[in-house]
Amino acid sequence: MATATANATPGPKVNQIGLPILEYRGGKSTLCAGCGHNAISERIIDAMFEMGVQPERVVKMSGIGCSSKSPAYFMSRSHSFNSVHGRMPSVTTGAVLANHTLTALGVSGDGDTASIGIGQFVHLMRRNLPMIYIIEDNGVYGLTKGQFSATADIGSVLKHGVINDLPPIDTCALAIQLGATFVGRSFSGDKKQLLAMLKAAIAHKGTVMLDVLSPCVTFNDHEGSTKSYKFLQEHDDPINEVGFIDDFEEIDVDYGSGQIFDVPMHDGSTLRLRKLHEDYDPSDKANAVRTLMEAHENNEILTGVFYIESQKPTFIDQLNIVDEPLATLPQSLTRPPQHALDSLMASLQ
Amino acid sequence: MATGNLTLGQEQGTLSARQRIVNDFSIIVATVNGSGSQSSNSVLLKSIFGMGVPVSGKNLFPSNIAGLPTWYTIRASKDGYVARKRDSEVLVSLNPETAREDVLALPAGGVAIYEEKLNLKQYRDDVVFYPVPIDKITAEVCPTAKLRKLVRNMVYVGAVAQILRIELGVVEGGLRKQFASKQKVFDSNFGAVKAGFDYAQQNLPKQDPFFIERSNQTTGQIVIDGNAACAMGAVFGGVTVVAWYPITPSTSLVEATIDLLKKLRMTPDGKATYAVVQAEDELAAIGMVLGAGWAGARSMTSTSGPGISLMAEFSGLGYYAELPGVIFDVERSGPSTGMPTRTQQADLLSTAFLSHGDTKHPILLPGNVKECFEMAGAAFDLAERLQTPVFVFTDLDLGMNNWMSEPFEYPAKPQDRGKVLTAEDLDRLGGFARYRDVDGDGIGWRTLPGTDHPKAAYFTRGSGHNDAAGYTEKPGEYQAIMDRLARKFDYARKLVPAPVTVRDGRSKIGFLAFGTTDFALRESLDQIEKEYGKKVDYMRIRAFPFTHAIHDFVASHERVYVVEQNRDGQMASLLKLDLPADQVAKLRSILFYNGLPIDARTITEEFAAKEGL
Repeated sequence: MATATANATPGPKVNQIGLPILEYRGGKSTLCAGCGHNAISERIIDAMFEMGVQPERVVKMSGIGCSSKSPAYFMSRSHSFNSVHGRMPSVTTGAVLANHTLTALGVSGDGDTASIGIGQFVHLMRRNLPMIYIIEDNGVYGLTKGQFSATADIGSVLKHGVINDLPPIDTCALAIQLGATFVGRSFSGDKKQLLAMLKAAIAHKGTVMLDVLSPCVTFNDHEGSTKSYKFLQEHDDPINEVGFIDDFEEIDVDYGSGQIFDVPMHDGSTLRLRKLHEDYDPSDKANAVRTLMEAHENNEILTGVFYIESQKPTFIDQLNIVDEPLATLPQSLTRPPQHALDSLMASLQ
Repeated sequence: MATGNLTLGQEQGTLSARQRIVNDFSIIVATVNGSGSQSSNSVLLKSIFGMGVPVSGKNLFPSNIAGLPTWYTIRASKDGYVARKRDSEVLVSLNPETAREDVLALPAGGVAIYEEKLNLKQYRDDVVFYPVPIDKITAEVCPTAKLRKLVRNMVYVGAVAQILRIELGVVEGGLRKQFASKQKVFDSNFGAVKAGFDYAQQNLPKQDPFFIERSNQTTGQIVIDGNAACAMGAVFGGVTVVAWYPITPSTSLVEATIDLLKKLRMTPDGKATYAVVQAEDELAAIGMVLGAGWAGARSMTSTSGPGISLMAEFSGLGYYAELPGVIFDVERSGPSTGMPTRTQQADLLSTAFLSHGDTKHPILLPGNVKECFEMAGAAFDLAERLQTPVFVFTDLDLGMNNWMSEPFEYPAKPQDRGKVLTAEDLDRLGGFARYRDVDGDGIGWRTLPGTDHPKAAYFTRGSGHNDAAGYTEKPGEYQAIMDRLARKFDYARKLVPAPVTVRDGRSKIGFLAFGTTDFALRESLDQIEKEYGKKVDYMRIRAFPFTHAIHDFVASHERVYVVEQNRDGQMASLLKLDLPADQVAKLRSILFYNGLPIDARTITEEFAAKEGL
């Protein structure tokens, strides 16, 4: 813990575990200037810092693509694994099973998730593995220079004029239907909303799936694109206002009852959702999916927390694993004794 | 000779009607898949084992749930031969669909024990016939119609036991062990055995020469299949994360693992010291294994050929990012879906270099169930020591069939968790470079995620990296890592199981083989000696990369026959890549790849033809 002495000049602001925000930074980004992904990395840094997460307790996981490079640009004090295209879910599953005391943060893209990785994505959602899964969603493949991905909207136009005529996969609707327990959508340009959602994500126990719309300034930020900064700023329609209240903060009572949906989080904190759409209840799964489907029909881009269920058992609960990490269990717990082998041998004679 | 038209005279020596053939013949049981004959055949096998006679069993089954023909062969051999024998002398015929073909395949002087209604006497007259009214006896001893299917098979067990003079008490003892806690099930099964036994005793006087006589050759031995043996090795080897996708013939390996984990790996307060995930496919299974290995767990998966193909991309990541993990491959006949219920040794070449780029993987090659147990455990040590995926190869023959063995020995060595730095180490060292070769063995030091030290973290990636785990596209930095990986693989030669010199009598001719080919080759060596007066040397390979002893074996012989169960001579090809150029021309291949397990006679005949004997 950094402590100020009488003679020292005041040090940088530190969080509740005594770390300055500098300790949450990563390497210099090699993504394009103005890329939405960089803003998301910044919000991750802010959220982890403000939540006082020990960086060594975090694993950063990713697949392949522009988005998947970004774990190199935040939290250098955390172990990181940039794996293969579309397979981050399985690698993360293995890592979390090996050590379920860690906080797993996965960063993927729309190609990495909704095309090559859709198989692993849907099965990850089913398991409610404790992890945060962020899709940095720009509707195009960046590293291969601008092909449509499976989250591109019908009618969206590429720079060179190609029009997308296949329907988009709504990863949020899919995640809700399949069993993820915290599902939301945000926009890299909405600092306040994204930060609050990330902080709540860190507090949640179970699979958090956040689809963060994140414009590609090089290949998908032009007139006719439905994932450009301009289009998103004009069409962003928050379904609720997301607030996150730490367990040590006073809960204010500014809003009238009926407007507020408070979710007690596993760590004692509270997720406060102020309803912006009339009667939207984020604990109603069927309604959440219907609302998302209707938004597509009306060409609306909804953001906010669509669905949350904080009491469902996680995959780790279901597997009934010991409290200590499996990775470092001593041999005395992982090698049965001599007499166990002796009696097996006797039964085979 | 391609197919089995041998008469008994050729295989057994001249046979007079009164000459007894004791503890040296094969039984073939022809049934319908799904009829529950697996357990009755197992009782028969264990009864012969219980008589103290060396025995082996092979299930030749179709890729089908129920309805297609199935054969089970049981070989009794006083000489301890456990390979498949081309011909069976005693037929147990219960399948009308194949009855004619089955009885015609018997050698002259053979025996047919059959459901009376099949009337096998119509097809030939040079074998001994024992008709048994199995359905009628079953109906009498089992009044409950729905149980009849299950006990019906026990009736033939009783009849066969009586005809071959297997003691009823031994059959009873085996059954009692199998149904230890279920008195009622035991009663109905043994009732059926007894009825079949009594019928044969009262109605079928002995006319054939085949006898099982009590011996003491199986004292202290166990009977187990290779998949269960691998499972045991993994559980005693300390596996903590298992991710898998069902596939024949490897499924029972993981199922046996799960059973053992539930029994042996719970804490006193009822928590599991393991996690098992049935993944969505083999890609996810290997991804979970490598993710778990990265985070420090002892992780494994088990699969067969098609699954190995799907694991190719991840295997390359495991090699390049240096991630431990154990992959069992219970090989079946390929390519593609191939024959999923038939055996082969044909995944060797593709797995040795599985993935794109310059990639290679250690492969362990157990040759019997005891080695399945030992190498399954050793694979975890090796994977963590070498920080790389390690493959363990068996095949359907070893994995799914029952084998006799010495009991397994408790692991003598503590687990080797490899080079892992703790927070205290980092305090002392002040930092580390993940991929730097500080010890000269090509293996770097790693930290586990969660290590409580600000310098513990590093970035794992499948993209180009330098020895500090930083991203690189610099030619020199990239190549330095590739060269170190090559040195590490070379160092692995010293760590993998050494070959076994089965026979080295300074012959000019040598054999090399691996895995299940060993059973047939050992028998063939005796045939070659007996029939051609030649003593030939034999070394059994137990791992890739090859140890130098294998080079020496080739160097000290004029001709070396590599015997294996695939079409393309995959082991021979792998050897050719490794041997000095002047040694390569010494290698010749004897190959067998029709989906059945290789037999000794095939090797002997091929060898004799190639040697011009």
